[in-house]
Amino acid sequence: MYELLKGLGAWLTGSEQWAGSDGIGHRLAEHLQYSLLATLIAAAIALPVGLLIGHTGRGAFIAINLSSFGRALPTVGLVVLVFLVSGLSMWPVYIALVALAVPSIVTNTYAGMTAVDPEVRDAARGQGMRPHQVLLQVELPLALPLIMTGLRLALIQVVATATIAAYVSFGGLGRYVFDGLAQRDLVQVLGGAVLVAVVAVVLDLALSALQRVLFRHRPSTTA
Amino acid sequence: MQPGKGLLMIQFDTVHKRFPNGTTAVHDLTLEMPEGGVTVLVGSSGCGKTTTLRMINRMVDPTSGTIRVGGKDVLEQDAAELRRSIGYVIQQSGLFPHRTVVDNIATVPLLLGWGRRKARARAAELLETVGLSADTGKRYPHQLSGGQQQRVGVARALAADPPVLLMDEPFGAVDPVVRTQLQDELLRLQRELNKTIVFVTHDIDEAVRLGDRIAVFRTGGHLVQCAAPAELLARPADTFVADFLGAERGLKLLSLTTLAGVAKGPAPKGARWQLTLDPARKPLVWRDGESGTEIPVRPLRDTDSLLSALNESIAAPSGLVARVDADGVLTGVTSREDIHDRAGHVHSEASTVAA
Repeated sequence: MYELLKGLGAWLTGSEQWAGSDGIGHRLAEHLQYSLLATLIAAAIALPVGLLIGHTGRGAFIAINLSSFGRALPTVGLVVLVFLVSGLSMWPVYIALVALAVPSIVTNTYAGMTAVDPEVRDAARGQGMRPHQVLLQVELPLALPLIMTGLRLALIQVVATATIAAYVSFGGLGRYVFDGLAQRDLVQVLGGAVLVAVVAVVLDLALSALQRVLFRHRPSTTA
Repeated sequence: MQPGKGLLMIQFDTVHKRFPNGTTAVHDLTLEMPEGGVTVLVGSSGCGKTTTLRMINRMVDPTSGTIRVGGKDVLEQDAAELRRSIGYVIQQSGLFPHRTVVDNIATVPLLLGWGRRKARARAAELLETVGLSADTGKRYPHQLSGGQQQRVGVARALAADPPVLLMDEPFGAVDPVVRTQLQDELLRLQRELNKTIVFVTHDIDEAVRLGDRIAVFRTGGHLVQCAAPAELLARPADTFVADFLGAERGLKLLSLTTLAGVAKGPAPKGARWQLTLDPARKPLVWRDGESGTEIPVRPLRDTDSLLSALNESIAAPSGLVARVDADGVLTGVTSREDIHDRAGHVHSEASTVAA
C-alpha cells in the first residue's frame, strides 16, 4: 500500500509526466475540452426545454421523469452502441456525455421555474409584461440559482464520465486508466483516477463559490 | 387626467364570469366607478371581489358583458398595454426579489420605453412620495419590513402616473398598527393625486375608512349594495349587508362624522374633577379635588371623529371631553350628553335622507 502511494506521488510530480502530447497537461486539456463541449451542447438542448416546460407548465412529466431516466442510462453501453453504428469517431463519446448531462439540466431548470413565487409571476403580468418579458426578466433570473446548480451537477458528472473517451481510443485523463489497466500498471490507473476526481472536486468548489458571489443578494438560494 | 368628478372612469355592464370548473365568480354585475373616487369592494372570501378587480386590467377576462375604462372596452385593447396604463398593487406586494427597490418601482416606465435614467429618476421621486428614505432604493425587497414592501408596491403602481389604481387587499398581510399608518398614507396620497382607486378588502373597517363608495358582494358573485359609507351603515339594503357590517355599525357611522360643530363650554369651576393645564393652557390630567387621584386626559380636536369623542366621554371621570385647537390649547369642554345628542342626530339624519 505504502509502495503504491509512493509510486503515485512520484508519478504525479514527475516533470516528464506533465509534458508532451502524452503528458498530464495535454490529457487534462483534452479531458476538459470533451467535458465542456458536451456540457455546452447539453445546455443548448436542455435549457430551452426546461424553460419552456416551466413557463407553460406543459410536459412537466418529461422534466420529472427525465432525471430517473438519466440515472438509469448505462453510459458505457450507449458509447458501445453508438460506436457499433457510427464506427470510430468522437460521436459516440459526445452523444453519451450529452445524454448524461441533459437530464440534470432539464430537471433543475424546471425545478427553478416552478420555485418562482406565483405571486411574483402574477405581479409581472399585472404590471404589463408580455409572456417573453415575464420569462426573460422575471422567471429566468429567479430560476438562475437552480439552473446553475443543474449545470454544475451536469458538468461534474460529465467530467467524471469523460474517461470513456479513452475506452474508444481517444484521449483525456481516461487514457491513464485504460492504458494502466492494459499494462497492469496500477500506479498509472490510480494516477488517472485521482486526477479525474481532483478536477471534478475543484470545478465543483469553484462553481459553487461563483454561485455564492453571483447570488449574494438573494434571500435564500436553494443552490 | 382632468380631475373631473362625476365622470365615470370604470363601467361594468352586465358582466358575468364563470370559470371553466363551473363556478360563477361574478354574476351579472353592473357597477360604475366615478373618476377620482375610491370604490371599495368588500365581501367574504369567494364572493368575486378579487375577480371583479382583475377583470378591469384583464388579468381575468369576463365570460360575457362589457367593461369600460375611460370609455374604452378593455377587451378591445392589448392586454399588456392596458395593464401598463393601470396601477396594480397586490397582497404580499409581489415585488421582484432579484431587483432593487428602485428597479422594482421603475418596472412600468421601463416597459413603456422611458429609458433607464428617466425611469430611475422617477422611481427615486416616488420613494419620497410613499414616505421611504432615498437609501431604501438601493436595497432588495427581502431587506425591507412588510409595511415598507407595501409602500414600494404602491410606488411601483404609481410609477407611470396611471389614472386608475387597482389594489387587491394591499394591507392584508401587515400588522394592525402598520395597516392604520398605510391607510392614512393612502388617504393623504389620494388627496394629492386624485386617482380613481378600486380597493378590495374583507375588512369592513378598512372599507369605511378608505371608501368614497362601498360595494358589498355576496357569495356567488352577487353585488348586494353599492353606496357611500354613511348610507351603507345607516341603511343596509338587507340583513346580509347588516350582518356583514356587524353589530357596531352604528358606532362605525360615528367614525365618519367629526366633532366640529358640537357645542362646547368653559371647564366647570368648583366641580369634583378639575382639568389641570400647563402654562400654555394645554390639558394635562383630570385631578380629583377630594382624593388627589389623577386620570389621564385625551384632548380632542375638531377634526377628531365623533366615535373617539364618545370613547373619551366614557373614559373621562366626569363625562367631559376636553377640546383643543390645532396647537393643543384648550378651547372648552363638551359633555357626554351633547355628544350623545349629536350621535343620535347623525343616525336619524343618515337613515332618513332620501337615496
